[in-house]
Amino acid sequence: MSGDAQPVLEVEGLVKHFTVGGRVGGGGRIVHAVDGVSFSIAPGEVLGLVGESGSGKTTVGYCVNRLYEPTEGTIRLDGADITHLSRRGLRPHRRRMHIVFQDPYSSLNPRMTCGQIVGEPLRLHGLARRRGVDARVVELFDAVGLRSELRFRYPHELSGGQRQRVGLARALSVGPDLLIADEPVSALDVSVQASVLNLMRDLQADLGFSCLFISHDLATVEFLCDRVAVMYLGKLVELAPREELFARPQHPYTQALLSAAVVPDPEIQRNRRRVVLEGDIPSPIEPPSGCRFRTRCPLEHESAPRSTDEEPPLVDVTGAGHLVACHLVRRGAEAPRLAEAPAELAGAADH
Amino acid sequence: MSGPLLEVEDLSVRFDTDEGSVHAVDRMSLSLEPRQVLGVVGESGCGKSVTALSIVGLLPKTAKVTGSVRFEGLELLAASKSELRRVRGRQISFVFQEPMTSLNPVFRVGHQIEEVLREHMNLSRAAARQRVVELLDLVHIPDPARRAEEYPHQLSGGMRQRVMIAMALGCDPKILIADEPTTALDVTIQAGILDLLRELRDRLGTAIVLITHNLGVVADIADRVVVMYAGRKAEEAPVGELFAHPQHPYTIGLLGAVPRAGAAARNGRLQEIPGRVPSLSELPTHCAFADRCPRADEQSWSEVPVLRQVRPDHAVACFHPGEQ
Amino acid sequence: MSYVEATPLGARARRRRILRRRFLRRPAAVISLLIVVGAVLAAAFARWVAPYSPDATDFNALLSGPSREHLLGTDDLGRDTLSRIIWGARASIQAGFLATVLAMVVAVPIGLIGGYYRGWLDTAIARVTDVLLAFPFLILAVGLAAILGPSLLNATLALGIAAVPPLIRIARGETLALREEDYVRAAVANGANDAVIIGRHILPNMTSTLLVQATLTIPAAIIGEAVLSFLGLGVQPPTPSWGVMLNAAQPYLNEAPGLAVYPGLAIVIVALAFNLLGDGLRDVLDPRTER
Repeated sequence: MSGDAQPVLEVEGLVKHFTVGGRVGGGGRIVHAVDGVSFSIAPGEVLGLVGESGSGKTTVGYCVNRLYEPTEGTIRLDGADITHLSRRGLRPHRRRMHIVFQDPYSSLNPRMTCGQIVGEPLRLHGLARRRGVDARVVELFDAVGLRSELRFRYPHELSGGQRQRVGLARALSVGPDLLIADEPVSALDVSVQASVLNLMRDLQADLGFSCLFISHDLATVEFLCDRVAVMYLGKLVELAPREELFARPQHPYTQALLSAAVVPDPEIQRNRRRVVLEGDIPSPIEPPSGCRFRTRCPLEHESAPRSTDEEPPLVDVTGAGHLVACHLVRRGAEAPRLAEAPAELAGAADH
Repeated sequence: MSGPLLEVEDLSVRFDTDEGSVHAVDRMSLSLEPRQVLGVVGESGCGKSVTALSIVGLLPKTAKVTGSVRFEGLELLAASKSELRRVRGRQISFVFQEPMTSLNPVFRVGHQIEEVLREHMNLSRAAARQRVVELLDLVHIPDPARRAEEYPHQLSGGMRQRVMIAMALGCDPKILIADEPTTALDVTIQAGILDLLRELRDRLGTAIVLITHNLGVVADIADRVVVMYAGRKAEEAPVGELFAHPQHPYTIGLLGAVPRAGAAARNGRLQEIPGRVPSLSELPTHCAFADRCPRADEQSWSEVPVLRQVRPDHAVACFHPGEQ
Repeated sequence: MSYVEATPLGARARRRRILRRRFLRRPAAVISLLIVVGAVLAAAFARWVAPYSPDATDFNALLSGPSREHLLGTDDLGRDTLSRIIWGARASIQAGFLATVLAMVVAVPIGLIGGYYRGWLDTAIARVTDVLLAFPFLILAVGLAAILGPSLLNATLALGIAAVPPLIRIARGETLALREEDYVRAAVANGANDAVIIGRHILPNMTSTLLVQATLTIPAAIIGEAVLSFLGLGVQPPTPSWGVMLNAAQPYLNEAPGLAVYPGLAIVIVALAFNLLGDGLRDVLDPRTER
């Protein structure tokens, strides 16, 4: 999938720390939301970013979109370094990327009509004028499967699924090269999720934009994404092409995540051998030293004491773009197994 | 003891709001056997939470409830306040969705569980404290004696949910009603809670009513499943039967809408259900699913479908049931 | 089964209809609205509503009780109490409205800027506001009025300035909450500049809260005006104002208690009406029910 074309997005060594508590002078504690993440997205590629709470996946998305300014690291959009640009300097680049938010209720200004919401980026970037704006808005509504009369309505008159479509229309109005989707369907009902996911898939195929798809749901990611990255406590633990990740997950956390996902099929679900992780996700304020996953890793005894002292580096273990950060994973060797066979974990049965 | 533990018959709930009436539940019937896990599945607005809340009488005053809810023969909807209080928390307990907000932040968790125990059972302080540690251990909270002295904000979401479950089990209830107990939790934590619920049913024999929108959760733990739509029951069957032979087009749609990891869904599309959930401000005199159903015809639009057995132990409220 | 109308226009009208219906279901709010509107109209059209001129003296009826010619009686100079109350409403309501408008115009921008930009500026604003909030509203108003000198204009100014600190707090609080909303983030992602974000996304979503606050500030200002006039720091006699009337009634409390009771009742009723109206508006506009 990675051609020789310039990647749409290049993230290198991204770090984002927040300070909580403390006074204006200082004295607060540091939340290590993202601690050194690197990846790139090729033109037309959909990269899934998976993780649970505290993983930092949303923070990565916001940093890429420059809603946050990174503490360290570089972000390059279409080759241009946007890491520390000012608001004004960012303006031209904002045409090339946009974001869809998770909550359909808070992502649309309740005082604006849906048409005004979708048209705002067009006006701000001078992409259309007056009549032109309305025509373009009608086109966009059509593209996301909304009746064009809905553009005169206020957000609270629309359902959750319709609101997400409005959010999508707004994000796509500028014709971005990169779409950041932050859990776009998590707050929707199942039946509505399906239509929005189908829509996103169709739009991506038609318009060819790249997408950073952030989610906690592996099944959704599998449906939409070309490559998948797994995050835990601010670090990337695994990154691989979709099929590879689901067929041959290497990192124990990825395996546990796949194992924990419930499958809507009682035959499969009840006959799986499941890995249940002990303990809670540690706080990003005081992440464990060395390997951050060691406090919950069922194989921790095999990697100790190295896991306490050293952070495992992200290494390509197959030479074909499958990166893993685990002390127990070595290039060419068998990956650690938490269950008998990966097919069991994914619940994939030739059923 | 034979016969169902809990019998809900023709339950209807109507809310009178500023903008008119909302018919949240329309003639709903359920029955729960001892040691059974009953899954109630539906999307938002289908009335599953309202049904659960009406069983334990936790609905606001604006709710008008009709029908019958019988627990071991006692009619809960007509029970006196003191009778209800004896049942609630003691025989039938409730676990809510949001562990963040259902625990009182200014009291230690041990104290909150103690409160429940001493309300319903005549225990001395010391005996109650002992029981609290036992309960926390039962729900697999490590170092239970120390944790009992902590405040809710010191515990993670998963732990708080376990505390809620411990509180609900305090008096050895016959029924545990869990309203979306894992929805607010991370995937890996959810797995632990589901295992816990299953273990509790096996060890203690508690019957569980599990309300959820997640079909995977139901597949994991339920014995029997009820599918609700727009306040009415659409389908009911044992879990294996429902997933293998779904009859109601809504159930079929739901199952098709869920992406499955590892399956070949990549090159297919997810099944969509067009349209949206109807507004509950009028009780439709026709099938509530008609406007979204590929099988709808004149009959669907003029009559309300009644629950009928279409396969052994498998009831559907549909004029055109069938697996496609 | 379409319950969403097809007409393109009318979204705003529909919303207004819903709000109106909600409002009409609350008798307290409706009655309060009638009282407020009645008081404002009576004050505005005092020349036609009041039976007598406020200065007209009737030496045949000094300190008289309620009678057919003088519905609420007369004062020591034979002036009709009812008329003076109606004319006095002008000062009170004028002061109430203008002081509130002044306070809003000053407080909202300060709260907005502090809440939006944060940093040292916001800290400074917040701390200064906290200090000012330690002073009760009336104390501040009296102090300012004493400095400015007695007149209705100065009283209005003093009341307006004294009302600024609590309004800053509210405006700042709303701004802090609103700037975290996803649609504000979306506006940033759109490339909008600060003016657009503040003007189109933050301020319009504050208006309900500000409207409610205004209806609660007005009665405080009305009472404040009465207090200032009573103390001689506001309206000067012979111009009628409820506070002035209260002051003038002091020597005659035994003989003609009505001279104090009726203006006092006027203050209570109008202030209460504004308060209940504000409460009712707050219920009706509750954003939770807008979803």
